[in-house]
Amino acid sequence: MITSALIFSFACFGLGLLLNLWRIATGPDSADRILALDTMVINIIALLILYGIWQGTAVYYEASMLVAMVGFVSTVAYCRFVLRGDIIE
Amino acid sequence: MLAEILISAFLVIAGIFGLVGSLGMIKLQETMQRLHAPTKATTLGVGGVLIASMLYFGLIKGQLSFHELMITLFLFLTAPISANFVAKTFLQANMRAKDLPPSQSEYGWSVYVDPPKRESPEGD
Repeated sequence: MITSALIFSFACFGLGLLLNLWRIATGPDSADRILALDTMVINIIALLILYGIWQGTAVYYEASMLVAMVGFVSTVAYCRFVLRGDIIE
Repeated sequence: MLAEILISAFLVIAGIFGLVGSLGMIKLQETMQRLHAPTKATTLGVGGVLIASMLYFGLIKGQLSFHELMITLFLFLTAPISANFVAKTFLQANMRAKDLPPSQSEYGWSVYVDPPKRESPEGD
């Protein structure tokens, strides 16, 4: 039963990634693209943790923690670049 | 058996909310409305997956861990900051100061007006 639920969650988050890719391709504004990239990072964190449950190892917590940190820093850096033309003033 | 039902329920709920969060990115029309959608995927989607992972490793594998709560805490701390930054980026690109209501204080909105000078003896 856990296996079926895992496959369902994998499908949901993978479909979500495709929808975010659509928003990145067609987004009329750079704010839309930044938001879609941030949501993509969220979906990838969820997929990594699901893969950790699938494999039965605890290694993927660290990977998802690193992805979360890099995703936040990249979102803020991209927004700073669009806002001020510079990342660190 | 009960543990399996609980874990599966958390996984299915998390998957549905993650899909709703990404579907909102397509369905909603305006950028400021679209800011609303991914909060579902952040809080309930990833939170549900993390709770399912905690229950799975605690109840079935027998190795209880609280690492996942750190990821939840980090996401809860950073999601408002990145949403604020995205909103500022949208405002700076699409709106001017005269389109917005007044800020009801002696300073204007922070995107359009430089920060006020602080009078501290040490400087910045």
